[in-house]
Amino acid sequence: MGKSLFNKVWDLHRVRTLPSGQDQLFIGLHLIHEVTSPQAFEMLRVRGLSELPYPDRTFATVDHIVPTDDVDRPFGDALAEKMMQALEMNTADFGVELFGLDSEYQGIVHMIGPELGLTQPGMTIACGDSHTATHGAFGAIAFGVGTSQIRDILATQTMALSRVKVRQIHITGALQSGVHAKDIILRIMCELGVRGGIGYAYEYAGPTIDALSMEERMTICNMSIEGGARVGYVNPDRTTFDYIRGRLYAPKGADFDRAREFWASMASDPDAAYDDVFELGVDQLEPTLTWGINPGQGVAVTQDLPDLASIPPEDREVAERAYEHMGFRPGQSLLGEKIDVAFIGSCTNGRISDLRAAAEIVKGHKVAPHVKALVVPGSRQVRKQAEEEGLHEVFEEAGLSWRGAGCSMCLAMNPDKLVGNQLCASSSNRNFIGRQGSPTGRTLLMSPAMVAAAAIEGAVTDVRKAL
Amino acid sequence: MKTTLTPIAEVAGRGVPVRGNDIDTDRIIPARFMKCVSFDGLGAYAFYDERFDAHKSPKPHPFNDERFDDGDILIVNSNFGCGSSREHAPQALMHFGIRAVIGESFADIFRGNCTAMGIPTVTLSHADAVAVQNVVAANPDTEISIDLKRKIVWAGDRKFAADIPEAFRKSLLSGEWDTTAVLLAGAEAVETTAGRIPYMHQFLWDDDRA
Repeated sequence: MGKSLFNKVWDLHRVRTLPSGQDQLFIGLHLIHEVTSPQAFEMLRVRGLSELPYPDRTFATVDHIVPTDDVDRPFGDALAEKMMQALEMNTADFGVELFGLDSEYQGIVHMIGPELGLTQPGMTIACGDSHTATHGAFGAIAFGVGTSQIRDILATQTMALSRVKVRQIHITGALQSGVHAKDIILRIMCELGVRGGIGYAYEYAGPTIDALSMEERMTICNMSIEGGARVGYVNPDRTTFDYIRGRLYAPKGADFDRAREFWASMASDPDAAYDDVFELGVDQLEPTLTWGINPGQGVAVTQDLPDLASIPPEDREVAERAYEHMGFRPGQSLLGEKIDVAFIGSCTNGRISDLRAAAEIVKGHKVAPHVKALVVPGSRQVRKQAEEEGLHEVFEEAGLSWRGAGCSMCLAMNPDKLVGNQLCASSSNRNFIGRQGSPTGRTLLMSPAMVAAAAIEGAVTDVRKAL
Repeated sequence: MKTTLTPIAEVAGRGVPVRGNDIDTDRIIPARFMKCVSFDGLGAYAFYDERFDAHKSPKPHPFNDERFDDGDILIVNSNFGCGSSREHAPQALMHFGIRAVIGESFADIFRGNCTAMGIPTVTLSHADAVAVQNVVAANPDTEISIDLKRKIVWAGDRKFAADIPEAFRKSLLSGEWDTTAVLLAGAEAVETTAGRIPYMHQFLWDDDRA
């Protein structure tokens, strides 16, 4: 039997087995941001550690708290300013490169790794953020970690971890027009649930995945954690290598040729063994959106909301709570449900292809008068590219607000928040209660094209009608 | 660097039942309270939006219920701690006074974070977790204890078979749940590993290196 990429990468990076039985794993790329790192640096100081063994393997940016309208310092929010200053001080003290507010590369941490060519196949990557699996799109094993593990990685460039099982999600079929990578991952959440991935890494494979662009693959890997899988990845191929070539930190010239050989060697063997395989056909997949309070509570846009009796007993209590919070009722359709806010952005769907898809829908139309619509590019590089293509004008003419780069209303740690029980069509990754900044706020997760169509219509609509 | 290892073999105290599946870390600690550079003080915001309404008036919640005051052991259902990797979630619970969690299942990142903080997370079957929640709800003074050596949860004189991944159990029992020191001890082996990873050396194989 051959080996999966997961096990090849694990074996290459395994330093030794610890007394507990966990492995000490070398981390090739460590990404940090302002929310989960300050306490880790403080822990180092408390322990008298003043130097990192591999400072050039850690990179920092600022994303969660960044205002998307006015980034003049000091920030209007004194707490956000304090976090920014802590990140600046810590990266300076410990010799870590920071892509801060003075850098053209600032952006969401999961956007800038790939953009800079830092994210590469065959690597182990860690970041204090659960959407780190995004980097798995390149054939890296990328872990979301907590602050104590950030401390460990800063102190030793390693972390203690147990190997997980690997489930291959094998996807076949061609996507219909108006159906996107986001719909695939939302469908997978519906099929396998939000607990199905506990103890697993997800390998996304099959002809459908092979045909996707890197940006689409990132959208899918990004939401692995919503299914309970800490790690999600796609095997590296020519699409991967072509994306990396020429980027700032990518190997150059003869180095690149050798790198490509190494990267290709890390892909899962054709006869690799998996702990589980799940097959999904997407020929008939429709635009999909969530109706509830976790990302597994989704339906096709043409489908009615489920009866409680049709929901497995262990999920019924959460479904009841979802109906209560959302103000929906079983059997109803979401088509025509009036929205208050439209949010296009996040590490799931804040890339240039996402903005192009949204712009195509809104071009020549106007956002419904009662809708507040925001477009937040995931990074300054995406923002620059979009402006070169004139997308910002398309959005502004249609009445969407064109913003600076950051996490924004995906988790509302900056000034962009829902108010009261507003209903938001959102291209982000979580519909948890309170996630978008209001404890009574309500989120419908969908693709950027679906959000754009909802913004114009003023209500949930089938994007295929707008094409 | 000096670290004193703190072995954890048993946690005993009062219980707090928080019922429901898929309780995510945004609910445990809403993001707006993460605007801080220290974990101190997070205890006040544990489950904040479930405990207080828009006017800051208390809502019914086990963390507001004086019968469960000074609770040490949280008893939950399945997929507890899903979503965001924020260690702020277990830190908020710990600063509220929680020293261990019993549940049906836990999200992987949350469970790893708890272990790295010295908070045991043990699992029971659905029926047993509900039974322990019921015992505590009916009689909050019942002593709840977790015996990691024997993998047993006691609720008063009722005994339940508990589970925990062996590596977590061993690291709690030895005190090596605080992993920094044990990882630092492998510094030489780390260098050896780095030496064999192609991207650490311009993708040159051993023979080609200058």
